[in-house]
Parts: sequence; structure tokens; C-alpha cells
Amino acid sequence: MLNMTVIYFISYLYLRTSLKLMFAFCLHSDEGLSKHPVSLETLYPSIKIKVYFALFISGKSKEAEIKRINKELANIRSKFKGDKALDGYSKKKYVCKLLFIFLLGHDIDFGHMEAVNLLSSNKYTEKQIGYLFISVLVNSNSDLIRLINNAIKNDLSSRNPTFMNLALHCIANVGSREMAEAFAAEVPRILVAGDTMDSVKQSAALCLLRLNRTSPDLIPMGEWTSRVVHLLNDQHLGVVTAATSLIITLAQKNPDDFKTSVSLAVARLSRIVTSASTDLQDYTYYFVAAPWLSVKLLRLLQCYPPPEDAAIRGRLTECLETILNKAQEPPKSKKVQHSNAKNAVLFEAISLIIHHDSEPTLLVRACNQLGQFLQHRETNLRYLALESMCMLASSEFSHEAVKTHIETVINALKTERDVSVRQRAVDLLYAMCDRSNAKQIVAEMLSYLETADYSIREEIVLKVAILAEKYAVDYTWYVDTILNLIRIAGDYVSEEVWYRVIQIVINRDDVQGYAAKTVFEALQAPACHENLVKVGGYILGEFGNLIAGDPRSSPLIQFNLLHSKFHLCSVPTRALLLSAYVKFINLFPEVKGTIQEVLRADSQLRNADVELQQRAVEYLRLSCIASTDILATVLEEMPPFPERESSILAKLKKKKGSGTVSDMEDSRKERSTNVNGSNDHIVTTSPSSDLLGLGHTQAAALNSASPPVTSNAASLLVDVFTESLPVVPPTSIIEENFSRFVCKNNGVLYENQLLQIGLKSEFRQNLGRMYVFYGNKTTTQFLNFSASLVCQDLNIHTTPADPVVDGGAQLQQVFNIECLLDFVEAPVLSVHFRYGGSMQNISIRLPITLNKFFQPTEMTSQEFFQRWKQLGAPQQEVQKIFKAKHSMDTEVTKAKIIGFGTALLDGVDPNPSNFVGAGVIHTKTIQVGCLLRLEPNTQAQASCSVKRTHIHAALYTLMTINCNIDYCSTDISKGKIKIFKCIFKSQHSQNK
Amino acid sequence: MQFMLLFSRQGKLRLQKWYVPLSDKEKKKITRELVQTVLARKPKMCSFLEWRDLKIVYKRYASLYFCCAIEDQDNELITLEIIHRYVELLDKYFGSVCELDIIFNFEKAYFILDEFLLGGEAQETSKKNVLKAIEQADLLQEVSHHEACIAPSGNAFLTQHSSFLIHEPTLNSHILITRNMCS
Repeated sequence: MLNMTVIYFISYLYLRTSLKLMFAFCLHSDEGLSKHPVSLETLYPSIKIKVYFALFISGKSKEAEIKRINKELANIRSKFKGDKALDGYSKKKYVCKLLFIFLLGHDIDFGHMEAVNLLSSNKYTEKQIGYLFISVLVNSNSDLIRLINNAIKNDLSSRNPTFMNLALHCIANVGSREMAEAFAAEVPRILVAGDTMDSVKQSAALCLLRLNRTSPDLIPMGEWTSRVVHLLNDQHLGVVTAATSLIITLAQKNPDDFKTSVSLAVARLSRIVTSASTDLQDYTYYFVAAPWLSVKLLRLLQCYPPPEDAAIRGRLTECLETILNKAQEPPKSKKVQHSNAKNAVLFEAISLIIHHDSEPTLLVRACNQLGQFLQHRETNLRYLALESMCMLASSEFSHEAVKTHIETVINALKTERDVSVRQRAVDLLYAMCDRSNAKQIVAEMLSYLETADYSIREEIVLKVAILAEKYAVDYTWYVDTILNLIRIAGDYVSEEVWYRVIQIVINRDDVQGYAAKTVFEALQAPACHENLVKVGGYILGEFGNLIAGDPRSSPLIQFNLLHSKFHLCSVPTRALLLSAYVKFINLFPEVKGTIQEVLRADSQLRNADVELQQRAVEYLRLSCIASTDILATVLEEMPPFPERESSILAKLKKKKGSGTVSDMEDSRKERSTNVNGSNDHIVTTSPSSDLLGLGHTQAAALNSASPPVTSNAASLLVDVFTESLPVVPPTSIIEENFSRFVCKNNGVLYENQLLQIGLKSEFRQNLGRMYVFYGNKTTTQFLNFSASLVCQDLNIHTTPADPVVDGGAQLQQVFNIECLLDFVEAPVLSVHFRYGGSMQNISIRLPITLNKFFQPTEMTSQEFFQRWKQLGAPQQEVQKIFKAKHSMDTEVTKAKIIGFGTALLDGVDPNPSNFVGAGVIHTKTIQVGCLLRLEPNTQAQASCSVKRTHIHAALYTLMTINCNIDYCSTDISKGKIKIFKCIFKSQHSQNK
Repeated sequence: MQFMLLFSRQGKLRLQKWYVPLSDKEKKKITRELVQTVLARKPKMCSFLEWRDLKIVYKRYASLYFCCAIEDQDNELITLEIIHRYVELLDKYFGSVCELDIIFNFEKAYFILDEFLLGGEAQETSKKNVLKAIEQADLLQEVSHHEACIAPSGNAFLTQHSSFLIHEPTLNSHILITRNMCS
């Protein structure tokens, strides 16, 4: 009975999985099962494992699988923990099972130790499984890494090539820093040793490549480098392939050291390209001679400019020509592998031709070849041809040749079924666009936009906007294009695009009338996009008068047209429309009554939205009391914008960069909240919607002097059209006294004719308190006074400042500071207040630097130098050598070091002219011990070397502070030039 | 190459190889995203796509998708052939490889991959040399009782997992052609 059940169960599984197993089962069932089913495992262990594996893929429910796996994990755990020592075989079996479970997607948190034990087994399969487990389930558990490294070391020195390969594969797979540290010297030695087997050389080369990618700083260049280059001449093509990959990586970082590889690579390539397809035996792939190696050699040559030696250069040109010729030959096989391999080499050759960008004939030939591919039946080739042509388009030699393919590319845009191919076509059209074909390309892109995939619409919109602006001969075309963009893909038209069209219209007199007429017509459409309403509202508000002569677009009709859209729009647009209305009052006195009526309506004056309500109230009031002259001044036409790089271009660049779109959105959101946050106390209107800058300022500010820097409202007028919206441009953060405060806590931070800001601060461990005193130097009140602080890595609490500062009075604000992390940027204090009629904005960097959170540590000379030596790793050290502009005063320097926060360790350094200090930086999360050594040097010429610390930020601050000591010493002393050197060492300390 | 993933039509990951250090969480996220993206694509679409700042090269063999992520300057077509060469290696080693071979003998699939690619670059592109290395390793196995028994039958397979990655007739003809040309 028991036998029957088991057989049934197992065969059920087999049926569900594979006949392969069924066969195995049948073969074994006579002996194994008929006698005793339980013996299955002992007799045929691997079958048992496979049955076990089969259980998981038998398609049962997810819960059943999880249940089964948990049971199995418990079983394995108990086996590992059991008193009985497991033999190598069982250990291997269970480690293998764990791996299997992990690969099914479950987490594994044990078994590492057993896997490490397997590494030292002398049975190959056990070792192999052990290494596989380590490679797949790397864990940066430091204890284990040491053991693993030991095992690897043993295998590397075993002189058994199979074991050496396993060890090298493991290093290459894990590639951790610890491994790089342990084997950085050993692997190159194995690579260039004369007696190393070819297969080991291959592994060693790629192992070194991996280590060099993860920890380039740990791989020392040495005499082995020249010998690596000579591996390009090796007999064994496998060795050459592996070595070429390594040389590419190394040459990218140290091109000079590997210059000699160019001639060798050309020679090798030439031999491959001219060989008959059977010469290279197994390295010929579907009749293509060593395609992988060829691609790599061509890639290596792209690390360098064209060879200077005429002979080598000629030989290379010959190679490239041969490759281009081969592309024209009839295929030797119908297999796609043949054409893929052949074309892989061809595309790499074309990349090299483009990279060199020096041989017009080759460039044109490449372009023609790609042109053929544009119509190839293989989608892959069409895709790659479009991609490579993009690069050809930027070369002056081939730009014209690329342009001849415009019809094919446009056709691709229309007919390709695959969105990724169409995307490439858009890119290519963008790249080949110039003044001669801009109209055609923009028109095609616009018509494609109507059906384009949602995923690429925004990018196309940006590209169209850029091309239209860049190649606009007459700006009426530009205006038409952008309005079309909004009509076709309004949702994808970002702010930058419509800001830009307004900037251009305002700056160009010749297009204003046309723009007004066009938007007026566009607005006639029953349903138009909100972005169009914005552009329309703005342009009619400014230039509506230019078309008011035509009875079909009389002021009243214009107003009614705009107002008919009002109710469908969002709040920011409505706010913009209200501003347009008040501009109408100035432009067309005849509609004043109508507009006042609208403003007076309950829906405006009592609008729930504060912004709208305020505008309605203020505009209404303004229109009632102001004389025509005042109105004309306040509501005068916008002054031209300063010329600047298109913000759209910046956006496209960003989009193309590595940052994902969502990241960008986030950062933009963050920035705008910052702006709003810091503005909350003073203005009730948000600056971004206040296009006309009218809400709350004196008329004079609006149209006053040209470079409006001090006035908030006026700077808004400029900034509202760029992407960044901070109230004060970031460049104007005041930092002049910042460095004085690095080593001291009290003093005057800032002073101008109106205001003085003083500081008093104290710090203990990771906490601090800073008193900021704002002194009003005038006799007039400061109104709407506010000061706020923004910082990420610091937790800052503050009391809100009193909104009014009387003349001659002083206001005190307390900031409680907690340091959460090591940080780089000191926080910026933004102060806003109203003095007389104008808003004053001041941004000052507050001197809260990382060193404020130092706690001094006393130590003896022995302790100090012991630690100093322990911190030998380059990433733990920062060193800067700088010139002191004046002579140094010992006492002042000492005071500086104490002020810096470290303890001044007297008599620790054997050289009496050196200064040493020690301290621990406290943050909420970590504590970092730092040692400091300042070595004044009277004779030596300064050489500046900088090394990285463990924590990036710490490095940065330490560097800044370094400079600061420099600064201070220039400040305090006069006289001779001295050079001195200052070294910091830091470590993560475990809570003392 | 930054990583290589093998997954089934059902989206089950069958093999993963990472050549850049990433946390488990990132790996899972990348896998989920890529499996979704690739499975959503139609058969005739091109084998390359841009994804984040990487290029994805993928190809489907029977029920399995082979998917590689390469960097901007890497060659797409040669990567496609790296995938093919790997499939050929598996096929030669297992004898008409199917998804089940890779599931059950995942360790072999990894060993073959390590012999072929290391650190994300081709180590040995000769089929003979790679298989020789693997066979030598197999000879070192102290227990060699089972491999022969589970040799594939080549007959009808019942489940979705077991269709050959390379169809038998094409492969044979390819081998024939190669022999003819070489001789």
C-alpha cells in the first residue's frame, strides 16, 4: 500500500513535469522502488534532488509552494544545526537545495558557512557548488569574506588549473572591494606568468577587468601592463579576446600606458579580416572570422585618435574598407547568425569611422551602407542603422549624405510597427535637421505627434519646440508651430515650452501682431487646451491692441472670447486671465465697465481661492482709484526678457540624461515647495502664478529700472519664465563671512545699510543651538519680517520670528539644531521683509559646518600614531597641501585648531613644528573619529594630493575647512610665504 | 554587459547573472520591470530597446527569454550572438536543451555561462573549448552514476517547459553545413 502511494505520487509529478524524469524513473523503478521506496534517496540521490525540484514547478498554488519551501528550509536548517557532522556530499546536496530555493525567488539567510566549508573540500563538485553559492548569494559578511578569501588563496596557489579557474571565476563574480584588496597583486601576476595555462590566463584577464571596474583605485599599474599589451599577439584567440576586453577597460582610464596597443590591435585586426573563413577554425562563427574579437579590437581602437604612423593608419583604413566591402558581398549563409555577426563587425567599424571623423570617403561609404539597412527587412538592422546615422549626422563630412535619406526616415516614422524603431527615427530626424529641411521635418514630426505613442510624446514636443525656435527664419512660422503643438498635444506641452513662446513674442516686435491674431483665431475653437488659454490670455493682454482695429476682434469680442474659457480653467490660469483683464482696462478704456462688472461679481470678489480673490479685489480697486497715467505706468507692456539659453533645451538634455523623468518631477516639486514655503509669511500670492507681478507691490517696482535685482516682484517677472523659480537666484547666497565662523561661534555674520545679523551659538555632541540677532539699523519698521532655514541633513527647529521689527530694534530668533548625518552643504537662511515699499530678500549661508559637531579627544603620542597608521587606506585620508600667504603665528594656529573642534595634542608629534589634533564627529546616526595633522613646511615646493575619506561628505567638509585654515592664516598673519601641509584621517568609530 | 536574465514566458526567472554590484532589492525591482517590459513586446519587434540608461538586448528561444543589459557603447548585434552562442552551448551540452534542463541542472547552466562569459565579457568564444572545459570538469566528478540515465529522449514532451530551445532540424542542418564547409 505504501509503495503504491509513493509510486502514484511520484509519477503524478513526473507527468506534470517532464518525460525526461519519467524515463529516469522507469529505468530505476525496478530495483529502487519495488524493494523499498525510501531507499530512493540513498540509491539515486540525484534523482531525489530532481524530484524535489520538480515539486516546486509542478504548478501548485503559491501558498502550497511557500509551505513546502518553509518545511524544506526548516529541515535543512535542522540538518545544518544537528549534532551529527554532515559529510561533504550531504552538505553539497543541501547547499544546492538552498540555491535552488533562492533561485525560485525566496530569501535565504543561512547556509553561507556550509558553502564556505565546501570551498575547502578537495572534491571538485563540492568545491564547485560552494563557489556557485558564494557567487550567487554574495553577502558582505566580513567574517565570511575572510574565510572565502582564504579558500580562494589556497586554490589560486594550488597550481591545479581547474581549481584556479574556479577561484578566479569567484573573484570575478563577487568582485567586492575586500577581494580586490586581497588579490590585486596576485591576479596580474598569474595573468602574465609564463607558465600559466591559457584558460587560466583568460579567467585572470577578465577577473582583473572586473576588479578594475569595481575598485579601480586598488589595482596598481605596474610592469605587468606592458606584458598585458603583448597578449594581443598571443597564439590563442581566446586569450586575445579576454585580454582585449581588459585592455579596453584599462585604456579608458590610462590611455597613455596602453598606447602601444594600437599598432598591435591594427595588426591583429588586419590578420583576422583578411583570413579565409576556415583559418580560424572554431573561432569562425557562421562563416565570420572571430566576430567577437574583431568587435573588441575595433572598440579598443575607439579609445584612441587615428594612429599617427602613416603605415598603421593605412593598414587600418584597409581593414575598414575590407569590412565595408564584405558587407556588399552576397551572404555565405542564410542564417540570421551569419548576418548578425557580420553586421556586428560592420557597425563597430562604422562606430570607429565616426569616432575618427577624419576620412570623408569612409564616412560617406558608411552612410550609404547604413542607408541600405534603412530599408532592410530585419527590424534589428533598421533600428541600428537609424541609431548609427544619428552620429553620422553630426559629422560635417557626412551630414549632407545623411540628409539624402530623409524620405526613408520619414517613411520609417510613419510605417514602423515598433515604437522603439520609431523613436530612433525621431532622433535621427532631429539630428539631421538644419535650416534647409527644418520646415519639412517639423511638419512631419507634428503630424506624427497626432498618433505617437504616449511614452514619447513629451520628448517629441520638446524636440519640435527646439527645432522650431532654432531654425525659425520668420517667427510667424514659429508661432504657428508652437500653437499647433499645443493644439495637438496640449497635455504634453510643458511649462518651459509655452513660457518660451511668450519670451520670444515679447522680445520680437515683428511677430507680436501676428501672434495676437493667431491666438485669437485659435481661441475660437470650441474646445481648446488650457495651455492655449494661458498663451492666449497672456498675449492678448499684452498685444490685444494690435488687432483691436479689426471689428471682428474688437476689444469687447476679445474679452468675451477669453472670458468664455474662464470657467473651464484651473486656478493658476484664471489668475493669469484676471491679470489679462486688468491689462485690458489699460489697453481699452471702453471695456473698463464690463471688466469691472466681472471683477465685482461674487464669484470673483468672494472666491474661495485666496489668490483669485485677492487679485479680483486689488485689480478692481486699482481700476477704480488710479488715474489713467498711473494705470498706464502700472500696466505697461512687458519689457524684453534678457537673452538666455532656451530652458527647453536644458530640459531635453536632462531628459536624455540618466535621471529618470520621475526624479526630475520630484526635484522640481521639491524646489517649488521650498519657494512657496519660504514665501508663506510675506506674500499671499504664489509667485509662479503671478505672471504680471502685480498682486502686492508698488507700481514703480513693476516697470522700474532695467536690471531688477533687489525687488522681489521685478525679479519674478524674469524668473517666472525660467524653470527655476527661487525667489532669489541661487548665486546670490551671501557667503562672504562664512569662513570666519568655521573656527568660531560668535560674531557679526552680515551687515548692510538696513540690517545687521549677528550670531551666537553653542554645540554639544550632535546637538546645537544658534541665536540669530536681526538688528534694524534704520528708523523705519520692517514689516512682514520672516526668516526661515532649509536643510536636509540637519533637523532644525525654530521659533517663528516676530513679523514686525521696529526701527533701531533687535529681534532674536533661536534655532535648535540636530545633526542627523554627515553633511556637506551648510543651511541657507532666507530673510524676507518689507522696507518702505519694496521687499527685501537676503539669503545667507549659516555657518553650521560638520566640524561644529566635533568632540575633542585627548590621546597620547603612542595612541595617536597607532591609530594614524591604522587609517592607512587611501579612502580614509584627505590630504591637502597649500600655501599660506603669510607667515604663521604658532599661538594663532593653535587657537584655530581648538576652535575647529578637535583637541590640540601638545607634544604628541616628534616634530615640534607640527600640530596634531583629534576629535570625534557626532551625528545622530554615526560617529566618526578624525585625526588631524598640520605640517608647516618652510622649504618644500607644494604638491597637492587629495585622498578620499570613507564618507564623502566628511571629505568635503574637511577639505573646505582645510581651505579655511588657509584662509584664516592669511588673515591673521603678515609677512613671508610659508607652505604647510595638513592631513586629516577619519574612521567610523564604534561609539568610542 | 551589466547583467543577464533568463525567464520563461510566464515571467518566472530561470537564471540570473549580475556583473555589477546591486542590492537584492534593486535586482528584484529590475527583474520585475524588465520581465514585464520584454514580455509585453510583440514577436516581430526589434530585439533592442532603451531602458533607463542601458540598452536591453533580448531574444526568445521556445519558452525562454534571454535578456542582456549592455552599456551605451556596447554592440547590440554581437550581444545577440552571445545569447545565441550560449544557447548553442547549452544545447550541445544537454543535447537538445529545453527549459527543464536549465531548471534542474541550473548549476550546469551557471558553470557553462562562467566558462563562456566572465565579468560581463566574452572569455572563450570557441564552442569546442568551452565544452571541453565543462567536460573536463565533469570527468572530475567522483560520482557519475546518473547523468547517463537522464539523457533526453527527444520524444514528445508534455508540458510547456519542455519545448526545445533550438529546433532539432535546423540545428542538425547547421551542423551538417559546418562540417561540409570545414572538410
